[in-house]
Amino acid sequence: MSNSNNHQLSGIKKWGFKKSPWVFHLSTGSCNNCDIEILDALTPRFDIERFGILLVGTPRHADILLVTGIVTVQALPRLLHVYEQTAKPCLVVAVGTCPCTGGIFDGSYHHVGPLDKIIPVDVYIPGCPPKPEAIISGIVKGLAKL
Amino acid sequence: MLFPHGAMDFFYFIIFPGFAFTVVVGLLSTWVDRKVSARIQWRVGPPWYQPFADVAKLMGKETIVTERSSRMTFLVAPFIGFAAIILVSTIVWLANIYPGSSFVGDLIVVVYLLYLPSIALIIAGSSSRNPFGALGASREMKLMLAYEVVFLFAIFTVVVKNGGIISLGGILDYQASHGAMLSQGASCIIAFIVALLYMPAKLGIVPFDIPEAETEIIAGPYTEYSGAILAIFKLTKAMLLFTLPIFVLTLFAKTVWTPWTILWYLLILVFIILVKNTNPRVRIDQALKVFWLPMLGLSILGIILAAVGL
Repeated sequence: MSNSNNHQLSGIKKWGFKKSPWVFHLSTGSCNNCDIEILDALTPRFDIERFGILLVGTPRHADILLVTGIVTVQALPRLLHVYEQTAKPCLVVAVGTCPCTGGIFDGSYHHVGPLDKIIPVDVYIPGCPPKPEAIISGIVKGLAKL
Repeated sequence: MLFPHGAMDFFYFIIFPGFAFTVVVGLLSTWVDRKVSARIQWRVGPPWYQPFADVAKLMGKETIVTERSSRMTFLVAPFIGFAAIILVSTIVWLANIYPGSSFVGDLIVVVYLLYLPSIALIIAGSSSRNPFGALGASREMKLMLAYEVVFLFAIFTVVVKNGGIISLGGILDYQASHGAMLSQGASCIIAFIVALLYMPAKLGIVPFDIPEAETEIIAGPYTEYSGAILAIFKLTKAMLLFTLPIFVLTLFAKTVWTPWTILWYLLILVFIILVKNTNPRVRIDQALKVFWLPMLGLSILGIILAAVGL
Protein backbone atom coordinates (compact mmCIF):
# COMPACT_ATOMS: atom_id res chain seq x y z
CA MET A 1 0.00 0.00 0.00
CA SER A 2 1.32 3.40 -0.95
CA ASN A 3 2.15 5.95 1.70
CA SER A 4 0.23 8.89 0.28
CA ASN A 5 -2.93 9.57 -1.66
CA ASN A 6 -0.94 11.25 -4.43
CA HIS A 7 -1.46 14.91 -3.59
CA GLN A 8 0.66 16.31 -6.39
CA LEU A 9 -1.80 18.97 -7.48
CA SER A 10 -1.05 22.40 -8.84
CA GLY A 11 -2.68 25.42 -10.44
CA ILE A 12 -6.27 25.19 -11.59
CA LYS A 13 -6.62 21.53 -10.64
CA LYS A 14 -5.71 22.34 -7.05
CA TRP A 15 -8.16 25.23 -7.06
CA GLY A 16 -10.88 22.96 -8.43
CA PHE A 17 -10.16 20.26 -5.86
CA LYS A 18 -10.33 22.77 -3.01
CA LYS A 19 -13.53 24.37 -4.25
CA SER A 20 -15.42 21.22 -5.17
CA PRO A 21 -14.71 18.28 -2.86
CA TRP A 22 -17.33 15.56 -3.26
CA VAL A 23 -17.55 13.21 -0.31
CA PHE A 24 -18.28 9.51 -0.16
CA HIS A 25 -19.37 8.07 3.14
CA LEU A 26 -18.07 4.64 4.10
CA SER A 27 -18.86 2.79 7.31
CA THR A 28 -16.45 0.05 8.30
CA GLY A 29 -18.36 -1.37 11.23
CA SER A 30 -19.32 1.74 13.15
CA CYS A 31 -22.08 1.99 15.74
CA ASN A 32 -23.94 4.39 13.39
CA ASN A 33 -23.31 7.35 15.67
CA CYS A 34 -20.69 9.07 13.53
CA ASP A 35 -22.75 8.28 10.42
CA ILE A 36 -25.68 10.22 11.83
CA GLU A 37 -23.39 13.14 12.69
CA ILE A 38 -22.14 13.11 9.09
CA LEU A 39 -25.74 13.25 7.88
CA ASP A 40 -26.31 16.17 10.26
CA ALA A 41 -23.35 17.97 8.72
CA LEU A 42 -25.00 17.59 5.30
CA THR A 43 -28.29 19.22 6.33
CA PRO A 44 -29.41 22.71 5.17
CA ARG A 45 -28.54 24.08 8.62
CA PHE A 46 -24.83 23.80 7.89
CA ASP A 47 -25.27 24.21 4.11
CA ILE A 48 -21.90 22.80 3.09
CA GLU A 49 -22.82 23.22 -0.57
CA ARG A 50 -21.58 26.78 0.04
CA PHE A 51 -18.10 25.26 -0.14
CA GLY A 52 -18.99 23.00 -3.05
CA ILE A 53 -19.21 19.89 -0.90
CA LEU A 54 -21.68 17.34 -2.24
CA LEU A 55 -22.49 13.82 -1.10
CA VAL A 56 -22.02 11.35 -3.95
CA GLY A 57 -23.18 7.77 -4.14
CA THR A 58 -20.20 6.14 -5.80
CA PRO A 59 -16.47 6.18 -4.95
CA ARG A 60 -15.72 6.81 -8.64
CA HIS A 61 -16.98 10.37 -8.23
CA ALA A 62 -15.55 10.92 -4.76
CA ASP A 63 -12.71 13.22 -3.73
CA ILE A 64 -12.98 12.63 0.00
CA LEU A 65 -13.58 9.28 1.68
CA LEU A 66 -15.24 9.74 5.06
CA VAL A 67 -14.45 6.52 6.91
CA THR A 68 -16.26 5.74 10.16
CA GLY A 69 -16.00 2.78 12.49
CA ILE A 70 -13.25 0.43 13.64
CA VAL A 71 -12.10 -1.59 10.67
CA THR A 72 -13.58 -5.01 11.37
CA VAL A 73 -12.26 -8.23 9.87
CA GLN A 74 -15.34 -8.43 7.67
CA ALA A 75 -15.16 -4.81 6.55
CA LEU A 76 -11.45 -4.89 5.64
CA PRO A 77 -11.75 -6.32 2.07
CA ARG A 78 -14.64 -3.96 1.34
CA LEU A 79 -12.63 -0.98 2.61
CA LEU A 80 -9.68 -1.87 0.38
CA HIS A 81 -12.02 -2.42 -2.54
CA VAL A 82 -13.68 0.98 -2.13
CA TYR A 83 -10.32 2.68 -1.62
CA GLU A 84 -9.03 1.19 -4.86
CA GLN A 85 -12.21 2.21 -6.69
CA THR A 86 -11.82 5.84 -5.64
CA ALA A 87 -10.42 8.07 -8.36
CA LYS A 88 -7.13 9.56 -7.16
CA PRO A 89 -6.13 12.09 -5.94
CA CYS A 90 -8.38 11.77 -2.93
CA LEU A 91 -8.40 12.63 0.75
CA VAL A 92 -9.11 10.00 3.38
CA VAL A 93 -10.75 11.32 6.55
CA ALA A 94 -11.07 9.18 9.68
CA VAL A 95 -14.26 10.31 11.41
CA GLY A 96 -14.59 9.43 15.08
CA THR A 97 -12.34 7.85 17.65
CA CYS A 98 -12.77 4.32 16.26
CA PRO A 99 -10.92 4.75 12.93
CA CYS A 100 -8.38 7.10 14.61
CA THR A 101 -7.21 4.76 17.36
CA GLY A 102 -9.63 1.88 17.78
CA GLY A 103 -11.05 3.43 20.94
CA ILE A 104 -12.52 0.97 23.39
CA PHE A 105 -12.37 -1.77 20.76
CA ASP A 106 -8.58 -1.69 20.61
CA GLY A 107 -7.29 -5.25 20.91
CA SER A 108 -10.63 -6.92 20.23
CA TYR A 109 -10.70 -10.13 18.22
CA HIS A 110 -12.50 -8.45 15.31
CA HIS A 111 -10.46 -5.24 15.25
CA VAL A 112 -7.95 -5.10 12.38
CA GLY A 113 -6.34 -1.87 13.47
CA PRO A 114 -6.54 1.88 13.28
CA LEU A 115 -7.36 3.05 9.77
CA ASP A 116 -3.88 4.50 9.12
CA LYS A 117 -2.35 1.03 9.40
CA ILE A 118 -4.40 -0.01 6.36
CA ILE A 119 -4.72 2.99 4.04
CA PRO A 120 -3.03 6.41 4.17
CA VAL A 121 -5.11 8.84 6.24
CA ASP A 122 -4.99 12.62 5.78
CA VAL A 123 -7.27 13.93 8.49
CA TYR A 124 -8.18 12.55 11.92
CA ILE A 125 -11.37 13.79 13.55
CA PRO A 126 -11.56 12.27 17.06
CA GLY A 127 -14.73 12.32 19.11
CA CYS A 128 -17.42 9.83 20.01
CA PRO A 129 -19.12 11.08 17.93
CA PRO A 130 -17.49 14.30 16.67
CA LYS A 131 -19.88 17.22 16.27
CA PRO A 132 -20.86 18.25 12.73
CA GLU A 133 -18.86 21.46 13.25
CA ALA A 134 -15.80 19.34 14.03
CA ILE A 135 -16.30 17.26 10.88
CA ILE A 136 -16.61 20.36 8.68
CA SER A 137 -13.56 21.92 10.38
CA GLY A 138 -11.57 18.73 9.84
CA ILE A 139 -12.40 18.63 6.14
CA VAL A 140 -11.47 22.31 5.76
CA LYS A 141 -8.11 21.60 7.43
CA GLY A 142 -7.57 18.64 5.15
CA LEU A 143 -8.20 20.80 2.10
CA ALA A 144 -5.86 23.50 3.43
CA LYS A 145 -3.14 20.85 3.63
CA LEU A 146 -3.22 20.21 -0.13
CA MET B 1 -25.62 26.61 -47.27
CA LEU B 2 -25.26 26.14 -43.54
CA PHE B 3 -22.22 28.39 -43.30
CA PRO B 4 -22.03 31.45 -45.49
CA HIS B 5 -18.35 32.03 -44.74
CA GLY B 6 -16.42 28.79 -45.05
CA ALA B 7 -13.41 30.09 -43.14
CA MET B 8 -15.60 30.94 -40.19
CA ASP B 9 -16.69 27.33 -39.57
CA PHE B 10 -14.02 26.77 -36.98
CA PHE B 11 -15.01 29.93 -35.13
CA TYR B 12 -18.70 28.98 -35.23
CA PHE B 13 -18.16 25.49 -33.89
CA ILE B 14 -15.49 26.17 -31.31
CA ILE B 15 -15.99 29.71 -30.07
CA PHE B 16 -19.24 31.55 -30.50
CA PRO B 17 -22.46 29.66 -30.89
CA GLY B 18 -20.81 26.28 -30.49
CA PHE B 19 -18.51 24.93 -27.83
CA ALA B 20 -17.07 27.75 -25.66
CA PHE B 21 -20.14 29.98 -25.52
CA THR B 22 -22.56 27.15 -24.76
CA VAL B 23 -20.28 25.67 -22.11
CA VAL B 24 -19.93 28.96 -20.25
CA VAL B 25 -23.61 29.90 -20.38
CA GLY B 26 -24.67 26.31 -19.71
CA LEU B 27 -22.49 26.06 -16.60
CA LEU B 28 -23.85 29.39 -15.39
CA SER B 29 -27.36 27.97 -15.92
CA THR B 30 -26.54 24.98 -13.73
CA TRP B 31 -25.34 27.46 -11.12
CA VAL B 32 -28.71 29.26 -11.32
CA ASP B 33 -30.32 25.85 -10.83
CA ARG B 34 -28.25 25.08 -7.71
CA LYS B 35 -28.56 28.58 -6.28
CA VAL B 36 -32.34 28.80 -6.68
CA SER B 37 -32.74 25.28 -5.27
CA ALA B 38 -30.62 26.33 -2.29
CA ARG B 39 -32.70 29.46 -1.72
CA ILE B 40 -35.91 27.40 -1.87
CA GLN B 41 -34.44 25.14 0.84
CA TRP B 42 -33.52 28.22 2.90
CA ARG B 43 -29.80 27.81 2.27
CA VAL B 44 -27.16 30.13 0.89
CA GLY B 45 -26.01 27.91 -1.95
CA PRO B 46 -22.77 27.68 -3.91
CA PRO B 47 -20.85 30.65 -5.37
CA TRP B 48 -21.21 31.44 -9.09
CA TYR B 49 -17.96 29.72 -10.07
CA GLN B 50 -19.02 26.41 -8.50
CA PRO B 51 -19.80 24.50 -11.76
CA PHE B 52 -16.48 25.69 -13.23
CA ALA B 53 -14.64 24.42 -10.16
CA ASP B 54 -16.43 21.06 -10.48
CA VAL B 55 -15.33 20.69 -14.08
CA ALA B 56 -11.76 21.86 -13.36
CA LYS B 57 -11.50 19.32 -10.57
CA LEU B 58 -12.92 16.44 -12.62
CA MET B 59 -10.44 17.25 -15.41
CA GLY B 60 -7.60 16.83 -12.92
CA LYS B 61 -8.78 13.50 -11.57
CA GLU B 62 -7.85 10.00 -12.56
CA THR B 63 -10.03 8.34 -15.22
CA ILE B 64 -10.69 4.75 -14.30
CA VAL B 65 -11.81 2.26 -16.94
CA THR B 66 -13.26 -0.78 -15.26
CA GLU B 67 -11.65 -4.08 -16.03
CA ARG B 68 -14.61 -5.84 -17.57
CA SER B 69 -16.25 -2.90 -19.36
CA SER B 70 -15.94 -2.63 -23.13
CA ARG B 71 -13.16 -0.09 -23.08
CA MET B 72 -13.65 1.67 -26.41
CA THR B 73 -17.42 2.12 -26.09
CA PHE B 74 -17.07 3.23 -22.50
CA LEU B 75 -14.62 5.98 -23.44
CA VAL B 76 -16.34 7.13 -26.65
CA ALA B 77 -19.93 7.27 -25.30
CA PRO B 78 -19.67 10.69 -23.57
CA PHE B 79 -18.30 12.32 -26.70
CA ILE B 80 -21.27 11.19 -28.85
CA GLY B 81 -23.69 13.29 -26.83
CA PHE B 82 -21.16 16.10 -26.44
CA ALA B 83 -20.55 16.45 -30.18
CA ALA B 84 -24.28 16.30 -30.89
CA ILE B 85 -25.11 19.07 -28.45
CA ILE B 86 -22.38 21.33 -29.87
CA LEU B 87 -23.92 20.83 -33.33
CA VAL B 88 -27.44 21.54 -32.07
CA SER B 89 -26.29 24.73 -30.40
CA THR B 90 -24.42 25.88 -33.50
CA ILE B 91 -27.36 25.21 -35.85
CA VAL B 92 -29.95 26.84 -33.60
CA TRP B 93 -27.89 29.95 -32.89
CA LEU B 94 -26.72 30.42 -36.47
CA ALA B 95 -30.33 30.21 -37.65
CA ASN B 96 -31.10 32.97 -35.16
CA ILE B 97 -28.16 35.18 -36.08
CA TYR B 98 -28.00 34.59 -39.85
CA PRO B 99 -31.43 33.31 -40.94
CA GLY B 100 -29.87 32.71 -44.36
CA SER B 101 -27.66 29.95 -42.97
CA SER B 102 -30.70 27.81 -42.25
CA PHE B 103 -31.45 24.98 -44.71
CA VAL B 104 -34.65 23.08 -45.44
CA GLY B 105 -35.10 20.34 -42.87
CA ASP B 106 -32.68 21.63 -40.21
CA LEU B 107 -35.57 21.38 -37.76
CA ILE B 108 -35.56 17.62 -38.35
CA VAL B 109 -31.76 17.51 -38.05
CA VAL B 110 -31.95 19.25 -34.68
CA VAL B 111 -34.64 16.86 -33.44
CA TYR B 112 -32.50 13.88 -34.45
CA LEU B 113 -29.34 15.34 -32.90
CA LEU B 114 -31.23 15.94 -29.65
CA TYR B 115 -31.75 12.16 -29.39
CA LEU B 116 -28.01 11.58 -29.27
CA PRO B 117 -27.26 12.72 -25.67
CA SER B 118 -29.89 10.27 -24.41
CA ILE B 119 -28.54 7.52 -26.65
CA ALA B 120 -25.02 8.28 -25.40
CA LEU B 121 -26.33 7.78 -21.87
CA ILE B 122 -27.82 4.41 -22.82
CA ILE B 123 -24.54 3.33 -24.45
CA ALA B 124 -22.57 4.52 -21.42
CA GLY B 125 -24.77 2.68 -18.95
CA SER B 126 -24.71 -0.53 -20.95
CA SER B 127 -20.98 -0.55 -21.64
CA SER B 128 -19.88 0.09 -18.06
CA ARG B 129 -20.77 -3.43 -16.85
CA ASN B 130 -22.34 -2.07 -13.73
CA PRO B 131 -25.78 -3.23 -12.53
CA PHE B 132 -26.74 0.34 -11.67
CA GLY B 133 -25.53 1.49 -15.08
CA ALA B 134 -27.56 -1.21 -16.81
CA LEU B 135 -30.66 -0.28 -14.81
CA GLY B 136 -30.18 3.38 -15.60
CA ALA B 137 -29.72 2.62 -19.30
CA SER B 138 -32.90 0.54 -19.40
CA ARG B 139 -34.85 3.28 -17.62
CA GLU B 140 -33.51 5.95 -19.97
CA MET B 141 -34.63 3.82 -22.91
CA LYS B 142 -38.18 3.57 -21.57
CA LEU B 143 -38.25 7.25 -20.69
CA MET B 144 -37.10 8.18 -24.20
CA LEU B 145 -39.94 6.12 -25.67
CA ALA B 146 -42.27 8.07 -23.41
CA TYR B 147 -41.24 11.67 -23.99
CA GLU B 148 -39.87 11.84 -27.53
CA VAL B 149 -43.18 11.04 -29.24
CA VAL B 150 -44.89 13.81 -27.32
CA PHE B 151 -42.24 16.40 -28.19
CA LEU B 152 -42.30 15.37 -31.83
CA PHE B 153 -46.05 16.03 -31.84
CA ALA B 154 -45.51 19.45 -30.26
CA ILE B 155 -43.06 20.35 -33.03
CA PHE B 156 -45.48 18.91 -35.58
CA THR B 157 -48.14 21.30 -34.27
CA VAL B 158 -45.86 24.25 -35.04
CA VAL B 159 -45.17 22.91 -38.52
CA VAL B 160 -48.88 22.37 -39.27
CA LYS B 161 -49.70 25.81 -37.90
CA ASN B 162 -47.19 27.68 -40.05
CA GLY B 163 -48.09 25.79 -43.18
CA GLY B 164 -45.38 23.15 -43.49
CA ILE B 165 -42.18 25.13 -42.94
CA ILE B 166 -39.50 22.73 -41.69
CA SER B 167 -36.49 25.01 -41.54
CA LEU B 168 -35.61 27.03 -38.46
CA GLY B 169 -34.89 30.09 -40.59
CA GLY B 170 -38.32 29.75 -42.23
CA ILE B 171 -40.05 29.48 -38.87
CA LEU B 172 -38.18 32.58 -37.68
CA ASP B 173 -39.18 34.50 -40.82
CA TYR B 174 -42.78 33.40 -40.34
CA GLN B 175 -42.71 34.63 -36.74
CA ALA B 176 -41.07 37.89 -37.77
CA SER B 177 -43.96 38.63 -40.15
CA HIS B 178 -46.89 37.05 -38.27
CA GLY B 179 -45.86 37.48 -34.62
CA ALA B 180 -44.58 34.80 -32.23
CA MET B 181 -46.00 31.28 -32.61
CA LEU B 182 -47.36 31.51 -29.09
CA SER B 183 -49.70 34.33 -30.09
CA GLN B 184 -51.08 32.33 -33.03
CA GLY B 185 -53.79 30.48 -31.18
CA ALA B 186 -54.74 27.73 -28.76
CA SER B 187 -52.92 24.94 -30.61
CA CYS B 188 -49.50 26.56 -30.16
CA ILE B 189 -50.13 27.33 -26.49
CA ILE B 190 -50.98 23.65 -25.95
CA ALA B 191 -47.84 22.60 -27.84
CA PHE B 192 -45.75 25.00 -25.75
CA ILE B 193 -47.12 23.56 -22.50
CA VAL B 194 -46.29 20.06 -23.77
CA ALA B 195 -42.76 21.21 -24.65
CA LEU B 196 -42.35 22.77 -21.19
CA LEU B 197 -43.28 19.50 -19.51
CA TYR B 198 -41.02 17.57 -21.88
CA MET B 199 -37.97 19.55 -20.81
CA PRO B 200 -37.44 18.11 -17.31
CA ALA B 201 -37.64 14.60 -18.77
CA LYS B 202 -35.12 15.35 -21.50
CA LEU B 203 -32.77 17.08 -19.08
CA GLY B 204 -33.02 14.31 -16.48
CA ILE B 205 -34.33 16.65 -13.80
CA VAL B 206 -36.77 15.74 -11.01
CA PRO B 207 -39.62 14.63 -11.34
CA PHE B 208 -38.24 12.68 -14.33
CA ASP B 209 -34.67 11.97 -13.17
CA ILE B 210 -35.56 8.28 -13.12
CA PRO B 211 -32.47 7.08 -15.08
CA GLU B 212 -30.00 8.60 -12.62
CA ALA B 213 -32.06 8.49 -9.44
CA GLU B 214 -29.29 8.96 -6.89
CA THR B 215 -31.37 7.69 -3.98
CA GLU B 216 -32.16 4.41 -5.76
CA ILE B 217 -29.48 3.53 -8.28
CA ILE B 218 -26.44 5.59 -7.16
CA ALA B 219 -25.90 7.62 -10.34
CA GLY B 220 -27.37 5.34 -12.99
CA PRO B 221 -25.33 5.31 -16.21
CA TYR B 222 -22.73 7.65 -14.68
CA THR B 223 -21.90 5.24 -11.84
CA GLU B 224 -18.62 3.93 -13.25
CA TYR B 225 -17.50 7.20 -14.83
CA SER B 226 -14.76 9.25 -13.21
CA GLY B 227 -12.43 12.10 -14.04
CA ALA B 228 -12.41 13.81 -17.43
CA ILE B 229 -15.08 11.64 -19.11
CA LEU B 230 -17.46 12.33 -16.23
CA ALA B 231 -16.74 16.03 -16.80
CA ILE B 232 -17.78 15.59 -20.44
CA PHE B 233 -21.11 14.20 -19.26
CA LYS B 234 -21.55 17.10 -16.85
CA LEU B 235 -20.79 19.55 -19.66
CA THR B 236 -23.27 17.82 -21.97
CA LYS B 237 -25.99 18.16 -19.35
CA ALA B 238 -25.15 21.80 -18.70
CA MET B 239 -25.15 22.63 -22.41
CA LEU B 240 -28.47 20.85 -22.86
CA LEU B 241 -29.91 22.91 -20.03
CA PHE B 242 -29.09 26.01 -22.07
CA THR B 243 -29.69 24.80 -25.62
CA LEU B 244 -33.01 23.02 -25.18
CA PRO B 245 -34.95 26.04 -23.79
CA ILE B 246 -33.37 28.23 -26.50
CA PHE B 247 -34.52 25.74 -29.16
CA VAL B 248 -38.06 25.73 -27.75
CA LEU B 249 -38.04 29.54 -27.55
CA THR B 250 -36.86 29.73 -31.16
CA LEU B 251 -39.81 27.57 -32.19
CA PHE B 252 -42.48 29.27 -30.13
CA ALA B 253 -41.61 32.75 -28.93
CA LYS B 254 -38.96 34.29 -31.13
CA THR B 255 -39.73 37.69 -32.52
CA VAL B 256 -36.63 39.80 -31.95
CA TRP B 257 -33.67 39.10 -29.69
CA THR B 258 -33.97 41.65 -26.91
CA PRO B 259 -33.13 41.58 -23.19
CA TRP B 260 -36.65 40.17 -22.86
CA THR B 261 -35.47 36.99 -24.50
CA ILE B 262 -33.00 36.46 -21.67
CA LEU B 263 -35.89 36.98 -19.27
CA TRP B 264 -37.93 34.39 -21.21
CA TYR B 265 -35.05 31.93 -20.91
CA LEU B 266 -34.65 32.62 -17.18
CA LEU B 267 -38.40 32.21 -16.70
CA ILE B 268 -38.34 28.77 -18.33
CA LEU B 269 -35.26 27.84 -16.26
CA VAL B 270 -36.89 28.93 -13.01
CA PHE B 271 -40.07 27.07 -13.95
CA ILE B 272 -38.03 23.89 -14.41
CA ILE B 273 -36.26 24.49 -11.09
CA LEU B 274 -39.51 25.13 -9.23
CA VAL B 275 -41.02 21.93 -10.62
CA LYS B 276 -37.84 20.14 -9.57
CA ASN B 277 -37.97 21.41 -6.01
CA THR B 278 -41.67 20.88 -5.36
CA ASN B 279 -42.19 17.42 -6.80
CA PRO B 280 -41.03 13.94 -5.87
CA ARG B 281 -39.55 11.60 -8.46
CA VAL B 282 -42.16 9.54 -10.29
CA ARG B 283 -41.70 5.85 -11.02
CA ILE B 284 -40.91 4.76 -14.57
CA ASP B 285 -44.40 3.32 -15.09
CA GLN B 286 -45.95 6.55 -13.82
CA ALA B 287 -43.78 8.56 -16.19
CA LEU B 288 -44.91 6.39 -19.10
CA LYS B 289 -48.53 6.88 -18.05
CA VAL B 290 -48.13 10.66 -17.78
CA PHE B 291 -46.57 10.95 -21.21
CA TRP B 292 -48.60 8.38 -23.10
CA LEU B 293 -52.07 9.24 -21.80
CA PRO B 294 -52.68 12.89 -20.84
CA MET B 295 -49.69 14.42 -22.61
CA LEU B 296 -50.14 12.47 -25.86
CA GLY B 297 -53.84 13.34 -25.81
CA LEU B 298 -52.97 16.99 -25.27
CA SER B 299 -50.45 17.07 -28.09
CA ILE B 300 -52.83 15.31 -30.51
CA LEU B 301 -55.48 17.85 -29.55
CA GLY B 302 -52.90 20.55 -30.42
CA ILE B 303 -52.37 19.07 -33.89
CA ILE B 304 -56.11 18.79 -34.52
CA LEU B 305 -56.64 22.40 -33.41
CA ALA B 306 -53.77 23.52 -35.64
CA ALA B 307 -55.22 21.59 -38.58
CA VAL B 308 -58.61 23.31 -38.24
CA GLY B 309 -56.82 26.63 -37.95
CA LEU B 310 -57.08 27.57 -34.28
